Amino acid sequence: MAGIKVFGHAASISTRRVLLTLHEKNLDFELVHVDLKDGEHKTESFLSHNPFGKVPAFEDGDLKLFESRAITQYIAHRYEGQGTNLLQPDSKNLAQYAIMAMGMQVEAHQFDPLASKLAWEHVFKLIYGLTTDQAVVAEEEAKLAKVLDVYEARLKEFKYLAGDTFTLTDLHHIPAVQYLLETPTKKLFTERPHVNKWVAEITKRPASQKILQ
Amino acid sequence: MITILQSQLLPPPPIKLRHSSLLFSPSQHSRPNLKFTSKSSPSPPTITMASIKVHGVPMSTATMRVLAALYEKDLEFELIPVDMRAGAHKQEPFLSLNPFGQIPALQDGDLTLFESRAITEYIADEYSEKGEKLMCPGCNKVKALTKVWLNVEGQQFDPIASKIAFERIFKGMFGMTTDPAAVQELEGKLVRVLDIYEARLSKSEFLACDCFTLADLHHLPVIHYLMGTDSKALFESRPKVCEWVKKITARPAWAKVVDLQKQ
Repeated sequence: MAGIKVFGHAASISTRRVLLTLHEKNLDFELVHVDLKDGEHKTESFLSHNPFGKVPAFEDGDLKLFESRAITQYIAHRYEGQGTNLLQPDSKNLAQYAIMAMGMQVEAHQFDPLASKLAWEHVFKLIYGLTTDQAVVAEEEAKLAKVLDVYEARLKEFKYLAGDTFTLTDLHHIPAVQYLLETPTKKLFTERPHVNKWVAEITKRPASQKILQ
Repeated sequence: MITILQSQLLPPPPIKLRHSSLLFSPSQHSRPNLKFTSKSSPSPPTITMASIKVHGVPMSTATMRVLAALYEKDLEFELIPVDMRAGAHKQEPFLSLNPFGQIPALQDGDLTLFESRAITEYIADEYSEKGEKLMCPGCNKVKALTKVWLNVEGQQFDPIASKIAFERIFKGMFGMTTDPAAVQELEGKLVRVLDIYEARLSKSEFLACDCFTLADLHHLPVIHYLMGTDSKALFESRPKVCEWVKKITARPAWAKVVDLQKQ
């Protein structure tokens, strides 16, 4: 059995999205390290895994995938019976599925562009010896605050973003949230009580702890 | 074809009837609600209340994405205009449909959705037996590949291409000027994406597989706009991409979406 392989970097937000999913599902896998600092993701060898030259890439037997959110969805469906259920409780209910899918689009288009920029400014720039641009931080935080206001209203009604159970929609947020909690941007989460509670719930999960090691 | 009749606004009837008409909403008297059926209605016309409502405008790329899926599926729907100029999308009652204040939103019975790509996926799943197939039927592997290319459109293509469309087209509509340096930088990024599409389309009829899927459909609105600008050269200079653009923009369902803009 060829097994599951993830080609990525243990610190990368997108790679972590996939690692989280595999841990939630208790699946064995091999993490093949891609040296981002050395530009390994732009080499011919890696481009054969993901022509866009971005981590992560993924293999399950002879199935090759890229785009972290496509990979997590594949894992959630393919291994539906195993480990944590990451889909809605009734996976055949199309309206419920659509609500989860909508939440995944919100994460991808409303939340992640802002959260990733902030993580870049506060955390990753420093690793590359660059300095945080406080003007960018202020601008992106103002936008993120508005998004989190919507989340606050949503999480008043429901325990998690797609309903009352933990799903991929929540999981997709975890890696960026974990980074931002270590930065001044943390206040945007902690000053909103329902968002704060949700953040505490999703980051204390055993799988969420595992990816930090 | 659309049969357009003047009529008074009718309160929701207790029973379903069949009809195509132009219904006027009292709050938007200058922009009527547009009700469409994809097929000719038989005469005499009867009255229907479409269970699918789309809140948006035909100019909006995200709205067009949803309209394309509805036409591909031959579904009846009502297009309820949102007065963007008046900022209606940033206020109630629209915010109750999409708290992020963006068009489109869709109502199907008592389900309300926003995010165009979640809406199209719902349409493809819920109405999988109607009209064109927009997802390849099959096992987890086929579905997974479709999701890859759906994500490619959303994460790699659209962020760049829609910024170019904004620079070249929408800025002009809002009285702003195109920034040529920004266009150049963005096009430099887009060509790298299109080179990857060229390689992909050399191995596959359409992006996800050999059939037309949502992964292709999602590109239509922004490509439609860019093909009306100098950026079209980027698509036309790549033979497989060029062929793919011609195929997907020639689809009858897409022609209906474009037609809506002319009204």
